Amino acid sequence: MADPTPVVEAGAHGAESLGMEHIADAEVGMPQLDITMFPNLIFWLVISIVILFLILKRIALPRLNDVLSERSDAISNDLEMAQLYKRKAEEAEQAYNAALTKAREEAHRIGAAAKDEVNRELATLKAKADAEIAAKSAESEARIATIRDNAATSVEEVAKEVAAEIVSALLPGTSDQAAVDAAVSSRLKG
Amino acid sequence: MAGDGDHGGSAFNIHPMDQFRVEPLFGTGEVHWYTITNATLWMFLTVAAITLLMVVGTRGRALIPSRAQSAAEVVYGFVHKMVEDVAGREGAKYFPYIMTLFLFILFSNVLALLPTSFSTTSHIAVTGVLAVAVFVTVTAIGFIKHGPSFLKLFWVSSAPTVALRIILAVIEVISYFVRPVSHSIRLAGNLMAGHAVLKVFAGFAGALGLFSIIPILAIAGMYGLEVLVACIQAYVFAILTCVYLNDALHPGH
Repeated sequence: MADPTPVVEAGAHGAESLGMEHIADAEVGMPQLDITMFPNLIFWLVISIVILFLILKRIALPRLNDVLSERSDAISNDLEMAQLYKRKAEEAEQAYNAALTKAREEAHRIGAAAKDEVNRELATLKAKADAEIAAKSAESEARIATIRDNAATSVEEVAKEVAAEIVSALLPGTSDQAAVDAAVSSRLKG
Repeated sequence: MAGDGDHGGSAFNIHPMDQFRVEPLFGTGEVHWYTITNATLWMFLTVAAITLLMVVGTRGRALIPSRAQSAAEVVYGFVHKMVEDVAGREGAKYFPYIMTLFLFILFSNVLALLPTSFSTTSHIAVTGVLAVAVFVTVTAIGFIKHGPSFLKLFWVSSAPTVALRIILAVIEVISYFVRPVSHSIRLAGNLMAGHAVLKVFAGFAGALGLFSIIPILAIAGMYGLEVLVACIQAYVFAILTCVYLNDALHPGH
């Protein structure tokens, strides 16, 4: 490897010749400006472009167009299906909710009816029981009244007999049953 | 190295333009219009590379694309959107033409970045033909679609006075005819300058010994820039074609 110093010198030296050569090159011409090459470049360019155009127009672009439109179709189709399923799910939910509401109402109605019936039955039974109780108590009262009446009558008879006995014991031979009875009755009436 | 210096700077015997020379591919001799040259080879390689991507890459026609098909679809979608955005719905009819131009220039530019390759798009003859083809086609479309009223493109009716309109018309006509020149020289110039600079740096690298690391780093940086330029110039050529097409389809300001 050479040490850098001569290289730098060579560089300084070379820069001048580079400049000169560059000018010389420019005079020889940029290959781009060499008109004798134009027919060749243009001929092959036209051929290449025409081939490329036909390949793209006939094969590549229709194919890509098909693929892209197929894909967008597939995607929109899937989205549509998803929408459809979503709507179906919503409908199912609504139906479920409606059925639930209806069932709840039905249960409510049945409950209310059962309650009514029980109440009615209860009322009937209560009324019947009340009536029985009333009948029994009336009967009892009647019997008590009879007993009381009987007791009163017995008291009168006993009083009359006792009075007659007393009268005949005190005043023998003057037994006037009728008079005693009348006196006792009037006394009892007070 | 020091010995090279003695030979009148032969270490710096850089010929940055030699890479653009058109030479016969087989043997030596005169280049006729039909001679198969290095330019022919690289044009055909360009077409082959595009075919590989756009035809072989998409042969699966898969709903879920392979890598190559994905790339082809991205290019397709990109150019299609560009044509529709710039030239409108009517422009979509000319999509295959613009796709051809874009792909040819893009692949030429990128393939030209391979070492020892030949950059077809650095030749003014090549870009000139492409630009003139665009110019002629677009002008023809303008006249076929709109007849003489296509000339309204040059008449700025929104200008306040007639004198101003005449001046503007002259400017518009000049700018219209300069289009193919700028269209072609922009592309060829960018490519040629970039490749020539790369070559100059490579020449330095060969002559500087240990210090050649500096031009090598510069080459790496330049190369990245050139990749960018290769893609951007293809895009610029295609989008300007779309703009001209839009002028032809919708003249008037």
